[in-house]
Amino acid sequence: MKKARAREGIRTTGIPSKEELEASPGYPKSDCLARGPIVVIECVQDIPCNPCEGACPSGAIKVGNPITNLPVFDVEKCDGCGTCIPICPGQAIFRVDMTYQTDEATVSFPYEFLPLPKKGDVVQGIDRAGGAVCEAEVLRVQQPKGFDHTAVITVIVPKNMAMEVRSIKRAKR
Amino acid sequence: MRIDDHPILGKAERGRSITLTVDGSPVEAFEGEPIAVALMASGHRVFRYTTKQKGPRGVFCALGRCTDCIMIVDGQANVRTCVTPARDGMVIEKQFGRGPREEKG
Amino acid sequence: MKNTDMVVVGGGAAGMAASIEAACAGAEVVLIDENERPGGQLFKQIHKFFGSEVHRAGIRGIHIGRDLLKEAEEAGVQVRLNTVVYGFFPDKCLGLMCNQHTEELQAKMIILATGASENVLAFPGWTLPGVMGAGAAQTLINIHRVLPGRSVLMVGAGNVGLIVSYQLLQAGAEVVAVVEGLPTISGYGVHASKIRRAGVPIFTGHTILRAEGKESVERVVIAAVDKSWQPLAGTEKAFEVDTVCLAVGLSPLAELAWMAGCQFIYIPEIGGWVPVHDENMETSVPGIYVAGDLAGIEEASTAMEEGRLAGLAAAEALGCLSSKDGRARKAEVWERLAALRIGSFGHGRALAMEKILRAKGVG
Repeated sequence: MKKARAREGIRTTGIPSKEELEASPGYPKSDCLARGPIVVIECVQDIPCNPCEGACPSGAIKVGNPITNLPVFDVEKCDGCGTCIPICPGQAIFRVDMTYQTDEATVSFPYEFLPLPKKGDVVQGIDRAGGAVCEAEVLRVQQPKGFDHTAVITVIVPKNMAMEVRSIKRAKR
Repeated sequence: MRIDDHPILGKAERGRSITLTVDGSPVEAFEGEPIAVALMASGHRVFRYTTKQKGPRGVFCALGRCTDCIMIVDGQANVRTCVTPARDGMVIEKQFGRGPREEKG
Repeated sequence: MKNTDMVVVGGGAAGMAASIEAACAGAEVVLIDENERPGGQLFKQIHKFFGSEVHRAGIRGIHIGRDLLKEAEEAGVQVRLNTVVYGFFPDKCLGLMCNQHTEELQAKMIILATGASENVLAFPGWTLPGVMGAGAAQTLINIHRVLPGRSVLMVGAGNVGLIVSYQLLQAGAEVVAVVEGLPTISGYGVHASKIRRAGVPIFTGHTILRAEGKESVERVVIAAVDKSWQPLAGTEKAFEVDTVCLAVGLSPLAELAWMAGCQFIYIPEIGGWVPVHDENMETSVPGIYVAGDLAGIEEASTAMEEGRLAGLAAAEALGCLSSKDGRARKAEVWERLAALRIGSFGHGRALAMEKILRAKGVG
């Protein structure tokens, strides 16, 4: 009897698969990335949740009713402000800017650990599986009061790593 | 192993410094925190030994339900250390089995 | 014997919400909690909540807890702390104990919001110091600001296991792995993604075989399991850890409801034996209501909504709210509750709630 193998994805590994990401209406098509800084929403499960919709000042994110709908991202309306990044309770929203330099892109992500890195620090860029995949230079660390302790860190990475790097290696406390 | 700074909770606010005596040795604590917390912060993990198997026990539920954390406090046995606030000068002893038959004091 | 309009047993998310609604409607409310401060599990939830604006999405549980406390104070709720409701006597009379001193308190309406306790998993070495509930670890790190240990094995990949793993990392501990006996992660994928990014492996289809150590945990051995949860030989992996956290489910703390003679129904998906209730959260015993995890294991957001519902319904039954106002206010809560019980994660709970209503004869 043939045993069906569970498709590897978020329910088996905790990491969204490439297929799950590309099927999500929050994940931009690769040709959109050349426009400039835009947000990448890696939300692939129907959790009742919609603060991203209300957070976006440009109306680029729509969840609607019921609130289990996956967020629909309208790249035309997104100016890459990143207001949605610290708001997402699942820390599933990132920002990528492929136009930063010829060979370099920036990736912004939410971060809630100590110590926070500083601008100029060279750290390890981490992929979704927690693996160190490249060097990353810290460009900016934002943690205004309104983010309620969620820092948004922006790092410079090689362009071909921009859709892989989703965090940095935590420094020892 | 105290968490003095925390990415969400910020710097810890504690009561005044006090001293407990644990199995004859002084242990620093903060007034009002559960006795078990002061013990864990100072590296004590074994709080008592069971009657028959003499098995070591420590904190399990941390909210006063399971009684695994009981010790002798100021001579009184079976005190749930995870919900009992520490006071200056308290004498804490490991409990062996059910504790002394008669309560002192 | 003292008496009052309404007693709410348990000052967590559900109990506080119930007290606020009832007190705002004009009822005399006594909120009783066995701990030295109210808030239940809320003050341990340092992460941002899901849901929508009406559910306070994006706000950390600790802030919601503080807001509820303030609202309860402003509404004039009488709060009695360090007080255990140890008994349920005829005519809605409760036995209270505080500081070795007992008394009785009679109420016209009683709302039980006593929450749940963590389940245990027994394996060789499970009694060693260092093995504790995941909730216990959460209490230690977020309330008492002390680490339970330096390196942790988390057993269970439901929301509690995933969230507490993340919070252990934030507190400065190392989480060497999460093991989950099921072939899939039952908690929210986003919680799992956060800890995967932080380098924590999740072993689905695995369980803990034993914990080893002389006086406390020093080492654990895990193994893969087959569909009957039997360990598969040759798949053992050992980890050097000093702490094992058990996140293997919650069960309602239902002693008072049993004592009161409430009818129960067994639904494994929401924690096992839960008191049957109607759409107003009233049990099979008139004047006794339930809310929160006691009424079925869900989340903090549903606990608060159920609390509001029970508070409104009990206030209406007391005559503090007109049935017109009561129906309108309850309708708002039913809508907010329904919005949380949909989708892959919520649907099963919605079905469980339907089973409960049918058992009460109102489904």
